[in-house]
Amino acid sequence: MINVQQKDFVVADEYQKLADDNQDGAVVTFVGKVRDFNEGLGVQGLSLEHYPGMTERVLGEIEAEAHEHWPLNKVIIIHRVGDLTLGEQIVFIGVTSPHRKAAFAACEFLIDFLKTKAPFWKKELTSEGSKWLEAKASDSKISQQWSTKLTN
Amino acid sequence: MIKILFFARLREQLSTDSLQISASENMTTELIRQQLANTDDLWAKVMSADSLLVAVNQQITDWSHSVNTGDEVAFFPPVTGG
Repeated sequence: MINVQQKDFVVADEYQKLADDNQDGAVVTFVGKVRDFNEGLGVQGLSLEHYPGMTERVLGEIEAEAHEHWPLNKVIIIHRVGDLTLGEQIVFIGVTSPHRKAAFAACEFLIDFLKTKAPFWKKELTSEGSKWLEAKASDSKISQQWSTKLTN
Repeated sequence: MIKILFFARLREQLSTDSLQISASENMTTELIRQQLANTDDLWAKVMSADSLLVAVNQQITDWSHSVNTGDEVAFFPPVTGG
């Protein structure tokens, strides 16, 4: 399930949806939040823009790729857009699998790929005004490492 | 016609989120980029950024991708979600 939405999500509700199948022995979830600093500047909030249509499509492709590589049962990806304040939840990734290693790996893969492939852009509201975030080379390196690992 | 979209920093720098251009023969993503860059100095600067990405019909592609009438072409900076 993929949701790109403005409204907040409740982890307990998403966990319920993930955890109701007894064939799964593992549920792994990740939540990304708005933190209070970045590159030495205080962050008060951020604004998230995306490319409607393409976002859902890319997230669907990433989800399909995860299913190809690991024995997963359920996958939930939620990403918020619009204005978010300090401490708010931005993204939720939840996966279930019969086995924990698959669930851990797939969850990490999904967030790593989301960060480098899905068309979202963050604009931070800092103590020195608002500024668009620069993409991190370290993030694309992690994404490339997955690609190398999964094709070998 | 070809629909052109701009996102994030580009959208702000160019003060526009979309426009339409007429399709011509043998059009490519690179030719559209050049055509837009010819608008004025601001567009030239924005459209020549090394990090610029392009998607045709919502799929990221390269600068030799052919573009036809009815296509949607989007220009944007590297993504920063998550």
